[in-house]
Amino acid sequence: MTRLERNERLIKIALFVIACSAVSILAVITIFIFSEGTPIMFKYGLRSFLLGLDWYPSEQSFGLLPMIIGSVMVTFGSLLVGVPFGLACAIFLTEFSSRRLRHILKPIIELLAGIPSVVYGFIGVVILVPFIRETLGGPGLSVLAASIILGIMILPTIISISIDSLQAVPRSYREGSIALGATKWQTTKMVILPAAKSGIIASIILGMGRAIGETMAVIMIAGNAINIPRSVLDPVRTLTSNIALEMGYASGEHRQALFATGVILFIIIMILNTIANATSVKGKAAK
Amino acid sequence: MVNSVTNMRMEVKNLNFYYGRNLALKNINMGIENNKVTAVIGPSGCGKSTFIRILNRMNDIIIGSRVEGEILLDGDNIYAPQVDVVDIRRKIGMVFQKSNPFPKSIFDNIAYGLKINGISNKTEITDRVEMSLKNSALWEEVRDRLDDNAFELSGGQQQRLCIARALAIEPEVILFDEPCSALDPISTAKIEELINQLKERYTIAIVTHNMQQAARISDYTGFFLLGELIEFDKTEKIFTNPSQKQTEDYITGRFG
Repeated sequence: MTRLERNERLIKIALFVIACSAVSILAVITIFIFSEGTPIMFKYGLRSFLLGLDWYPSEQSFGLLPMIIGSVMVTFGSLLVGVPFGLACAIFLTEFSSRRLRHILKPIIELLAGIPSVVYGFIGVVILVPFIRETLGGPGLSVLAASIILGIMILPTIISISIDSLQAVPRSYREGSIALGATKWQTTKMVILPAAKSGIIASIILGMGRAIGETMAVIMIAGNAINIPRSVLDPVRTLTSNIALEMGYASGEHRQALFATGVILFIIIMILNTIANATSVKGKAAK
Repeated sequence: MVNSVTNMRMEVKNLNFYYGRNLALKNINMGIENNKVTAVIGPSGCGKSTFIRILNRMNDIIIGSRVEGEILLDGDNIYAPQVDVVDIRRKIGMVFQKSNPFPKSIFDNIAYGLKINGISNKTEITDRVEMSLKNSALWEEVRDRLDDNAFELSGGQQQRLCIARALAIEPEVILFDEPCSALDPISTAKIEELINQLKERYTIAIVTHNMQQAARISDYTGFFLLGELIEFDKTEKIFTNPSQKQTEDYITGRFG
């Protein structure tokens, strides 16, 4: 073996080891979360975890239902805010704006994804929460505040992926429709959007994944009270907030219960990602 | 040259077309006769596809393009400022080089044009879908599978579906932009036969790179070269006794 060949082999082995360790770190984290979280779930019963209403860790009562409902409400609320705005923005930028405007705006929108979530939370605390308290009543720290801020936070994901899938629609569809005397909006609504449907759905699911996993901003503006909210003006605690708020002082079974919270979150996000992948793969196969 | 056309449906007067600063079509004058087939031939890049797209303002969607001169449909300039471009495209249909059905069912592909034109009565839509498929000689092949996705059809069938789609909204003129360039000889023959039937009811203009095709199906032929209309006359005259040297060179295969 020449020196060159030996070097080549060495580099190959080194890269292989690095790649393996990256994957195995993820695997170890996953195994760790599950091994810490699942025993206590089975000890007290899955039912009491998923459907229990009371969370008093010092009294061995670990009901996660208020937090599960909280996460679902806040995530769903963020979609109500983010999807119409995001989709409208993506449609405007691909179908109606000039190319120049799109080249300026798209990178700016993608930059929004890079703003730290604590900054979004801070804006929420300083501006949105007092506004809600004064105009709509309640404590201000609420499902509504969290939904709006999260809705804004998922905009870059929804806009950017929707733009990509709208642009992937062949030009011949647009020409065919316009040649029949369709207006731009008719073409968009009846030809372009159906053709880009799978990519748009994937963007919504990825945005949803981001919303359900968001922690910092939510802690700052959701109020974090453990109860099932009666209205969007009530405070709420999400699964992620639950872990972050109590991790600092938890020990023993309390700590394990927080890992169990993580397991549930993990499973929800895995399901969402699988659906997102499946829909976008299906969309590609159809083309 | 234009004088040979007697009953004009469309007329092109002193047309110049620019892509940015580039003059792509120079001073074109020609007429398109009612209920006849007018063919546009010429080597690649001569501007023939650009020309036919100008006839129903499809070039409007190209940024930085500019039209000078007049294009008249029944005596009215389609580039006049008060003209509704959507209305022009309804009156002047177009079939493209590559068949471009929408990712919808066969039925919906045709119903789409009707719906956007404000027809919502279901029986009327069903009737007109059937009528257009019959007129495009596709009905017998697809009558039992109208709900299938249009992409399941063969290339030739897809192209006839696009013709049916154009027919459904009852245009006055139909433009064909090299409709057979991606098709096999049998499908090509079917489309040519169809064009021959359609000219009884419609006025047709067709771009083709295939000189034999122009000779077979057209009544008038225009020969384009480097953005200029070199010669325009009855097809018979162009192919048997052209008056320009360049036309003769092209149709005898000396270049192109």
